[in-house]
Amino acid sequence: MAEVVLNDVSKSFGKTVAVDGISMTIPDGAFVVMLGPTGAGKTTTLRLIAGLEKLDRGSVSIGGRDVGEETPAQRDVAMVFQQYSLYPHLSVRDNLAFPLRSPILKTPEAEITRKVADVADVLQISHKLDNKATELSGGEMQRVSIGRALVRDPAIYLMDEPLSSLDAKLRTDLRVELKRIQASLGATLLYVTHDQIEAMTMATHVGVLNEGRLVQFGTPREIYENPNSLYVASRLGLPRINILPADIFGSAPNGATQIGLRPEHITQGEGTPAEVRRVEHLGDQTRLHLRLQGHEVITLAQDGHDYAPGATLNIAPRNPLSFDANGNRLS
Amino acid sequence: MSFSITEPTPRAKWISGTLVITYALITLIPLVWIFMTGFKTPPDSISYPPKVFYEPSLEGYVNLFTTRTRVSPEALDALPPPANFAEEIVRNRNMVIAGPSKFGERFMNSVIIGFGSTFLSIFLGTLAAYAFSRFKIPLADDLLFFILSTRMMPPIAVAIPIFLMYRNLGLSDTHLGMILLYTAVNISLAVWLLKGFIDEIPREYEEAALIDGYTRFQAFYKVVLPQAATGIASTAIFCLIFAWNEYAFAVLLTSGTAQTAPPFIPTIIGVGGLDWPAVAAGATIFLLPVMIFTILLRKHLLRGITFGAVRK
Repeated sequence: MAEVVLNDVSKSFGKTVAVDGISMTIPDGAFVVMLGPTGAGKTTTLRLIAGLEKLDRGSVSIGGRDVGEETPAQRDVAMVFQQYSLYPHLSVRDNLAFPLRSPILKTPEAEITRKVADVADVLQISHKLDNKATELSGGEMQRVSIGRALVRDPAIYLMDEPLSSLDAKLRTDLRVELKRIQASLGATLLYVTHDQIEAMTMATHVGVLNEGRLVQFGTPREIYENPNSLYVASRLGLPRINILPADIFGSAPNGATQIGLRPEHITQGEGTPAEVRRVEHLGDQTRLHLRLQGHEVITLAQDGHDYAPGATLNIAPRNPLSFDANGNRLS
Repeated sequence: MSFSITEPTPRAKWISGTLVITYALITLIPLVWIFMTGFKTPPDSISYPPKVFYEPSLEGYVNLFTTRTRVSPEALDALPPPANFAEEIVRNRNMVIAGPSKFGERFMNSVIIGFGSTFLSIFLGTLAAYAFSRFKIPLADDLLFFILSTRMMPPIAVAIPIFLMYRNLGLSDTHLGMILLYTAVNISLAVWLLKGFIDEIPREYEEAALIDGYTRFQAFYKVVLPQAATGIASTAIFCLIFAWNEYAFAVLLTSGTAQTAPPFIPTIIGVGGLDWPAVAAGATIFLLPVMIFTILLRKHLLRGITFGAVRK
């Protein structure tokens, strides 16, 4: 395991700038999650670290060694692709053993057998080891794909939305399992996801990307509670943060043009009246879609309160986040 | 009874089955006729109306593999009894076996040249197709078109230049010369077909292999090649069939040491009358290698239809 440092990493494809000057330190043993919408440069960043793309500018160092000129094999990284890429002509066992048999690792067969069995056990695919890779279900394929990374002991694990193709239950199970494995191995892991729950529960650090730039880097709590821009604030939170004109509840905080109000930061039963438009019962929570002076506001119903569409509910902000006209955070 | 819109009805199955079998029978009749003729005696082979039922004889095969000379009945009587069935058959025609014919040799030439050029076409074609598929090659499209354009004229159009060139280079009537010639003709087909197959193999596999600690060549060898097996098998069959059947250049460029079976088989007709059973026997044996090769690779051909359990 090693520390990975990105310094001013940049990459363009033709005229499209995919990654634009990202600098980031992934501490040894950290679980770093990269968040961002499609096209923000998350996958390209992973590929640059892995050596599948050549850097236009900047440098990547793994364990203090500049790897700019090294091949993917020399960099000692393991990667899980979003689209599981199992070798279709090999059995599950041979797929898992494939990295261990590489000319770089040349693991003795006895150790391969042991490691493959261990990983198969953790990922609950032991009974499928002798199947062909193509005979598995999607969830099983992705587990094998993750397993192929876990059999190794690389400097860093790179994972590109590894759980996105799995069903909800398996996703939850594997999320917990991955975090446990990472913590017990002390592995360094860079993980790309869209999923807020994955980001919040697994990450030690979160990096938020926008159009190829790293816009904020910090612990999940920092990113959630203290976002430095409207963009970052709206990446995390379910339901999403409500963006409202700064003066909607009366006086605006100095200089602010917009405020961000997370659903749980709305006090009910006092303040400005709003109309209930829609009520969504999700089981564990009830979402209220409100209309406040022409603006849509979403909040969560308090326990024991039942609202019908058309009812009026008074609401007041609690610790809103304030932003300037460009979406930058004002303290 | 359940009804399905995707499953054909029994009636549709019956009709399509009948059509396929009828078509197969029609295409197979000439082959069956050749096979039957190989086991006729020369008089049976030219009898009219043609004989469908006859007493099988190995005379055609004996004549194919031997040269014979006619001897007088007295000399024939003076000989010791025939040592084997071949001599017996030949003596019934007042002849004795003078020695082996050149068919075995010519057949081996066909095997060496056919399989040699197929191997070379596939070897070079796979590497070239991989490069065209994966790397940024300047003018790649123009190069591919150029490669294909070599097939736009009938090969025989360049027969004279090739004949002169081969004579000067000392490649006339050599195995190497014929292998190179057939490879040159086949390679454009091989590159184009194989490029299509390799394009279909997602790059992610190689990328995964690169990260798993393999070099690009090892990734090609361990990951791409096994998955291209289907394409390689079908391309190999096409290449072999061409090289195996080629007649015009074989007539032009070979006469002795490197002569293949196609120009040799017709020469049987010229020796001692119209010996159709021998010709048919030659044709039957000549068919076998391609047939066996195709049957051996058949699994890969069928697999091509169901291939691709990759999520895209």
